[in-house]
Amino acid sequence: MTAPATETSQQTTVRQQVLVLYLASSALDARVVGWSTYDGTGQTHPTTGDSDVPPYATGLDALKDGWRLFQAAQLLPPFPGHEYDVSFLKHEFFFEKLVTV
Amino acid sequence: MPHPHQKNLLTSVQMAHFVATGSLRMDAVVPDEMNQQAIEVLKAGIPGVPYGTPLSEAFVDSEFVQRLVQLPEVAGAIHSLVGPEPTVDHHAVHIRKANEGEAQNLHGDAIIDVRPDAFDVQLMYYPQDVTLEMGGTLSVPGSHLRRTNESDTGRYQNLLGQTRLVCPAGTVQFLHHGIWHGGRKNDSDIDRYMFKIRFNPTVRQVRLWNLEDLYDEEVARELDQSFPWYENATGRLEKYNRIKLWQALTGDDTFDPEFWVTRVSNRPQRVVAQRSLNPHAARHATKEMA
Repeated sequence: MTAPATETSQQTTVRQQVLVLYLASSALDARVVGWSTYDGTGQTHPTTGDSDVPPYATGLDALKDGWRLFQAAQLLPPFPGHEYDVSFLKHEFFFEKLVTV
Repeated sequence: MPHPHQKNLLTSVQMAHFVATGSLRMDAVVPDEMNQQAIEVLKAGIPGVPYGTPLSEAFVDSEFVQRLVQLPEVAGAIHSLVGPEPTVDHHAVHIRKANEGEAQNLHGDAIIDVRPDAFDVQLMYYPQDVTLEMGGTLSVPGSHLRRTNESDTGRYQNLLGQTRLVCPAGTVQFLHHGIWHGGRKNDSDIDRYMFKIRFNPTVRQVRLWNLEDLYDEEVARELDQSFPWYENATGRLEKYNRIKLWQALTGDDTFDPEFWVTRVSNRPQRVVAQRSLNPHAARHATKEMA
């Protein structure tokens, strides 16, 4: 089935920008300790090691600037016997902005 | 290779710095005369070495690399970190082309490696002045004890307090095998060269450095440092793991100035309750009576 022309036009002009923030604790207003960005508009090309300054001081600051939270890391207890292991960053929050291009 | 002079071995404070950060940097330790030759040598390529070749035999066809690893400060650091006559795991010339436009993902080399009392080191030699635009190696201080596998950390673009290497020509850094790192995008008009050798120890890595300052207070300060990218809670586990590694390297499992290990392994066995209040004593008495 063919979608109406107006709807097709809207779908093709909206793109997702993704911001991933790593926070110092599981609280969304904790300080930012790491960050990544991916730009679905193709206008910018963020990459590894391109900045020493985080885009926001806290996760809450990202919300205040219009980013929408769509995923937060679960709080999982350590596996027995692995309580002292360190591995990936635990407090990962995914945000998006929808941008009309 | 001859035993390095004691004055060229690492100090305990430097070793503690390595255990805490996963790296040790020696600025401009390679003389200019060698740096001038290096680019041509690296362009021509360094002959391959079979895995596990003793260092003294590995570079018989490369006089330049022999001179590099025999520089007194470099030889002293190699001895301090991995001991006498390590083997060469592999070596590689890394070239980040001018304006090449791509960065490597953040990664650890080889595969996940969780040895609690042994580690490999990677020597990285930078023959040129490296500016920020040239995309000097990105590394993350204190990431070496994280149990992650190779590029599974590729999602992390930037971590607070990361190191984007800027250094003078002739700089050598030694990295713990587990450290998160990657070649950054080269935005300059100059090709950037780096030569890497990975060393495997062939002895237990216990007290291989200059021990004169083993109980200097600065050792404890180095081991207790935190890094801006650490989460509040996991940062404490980092110190726990660091102390365990230091205990392994010194052979002293009592060293724990901030009690991170001691308090969670303290399980006293002495019983002081009155016999009538002591369930273990009561059970024992019942058994005897029966």
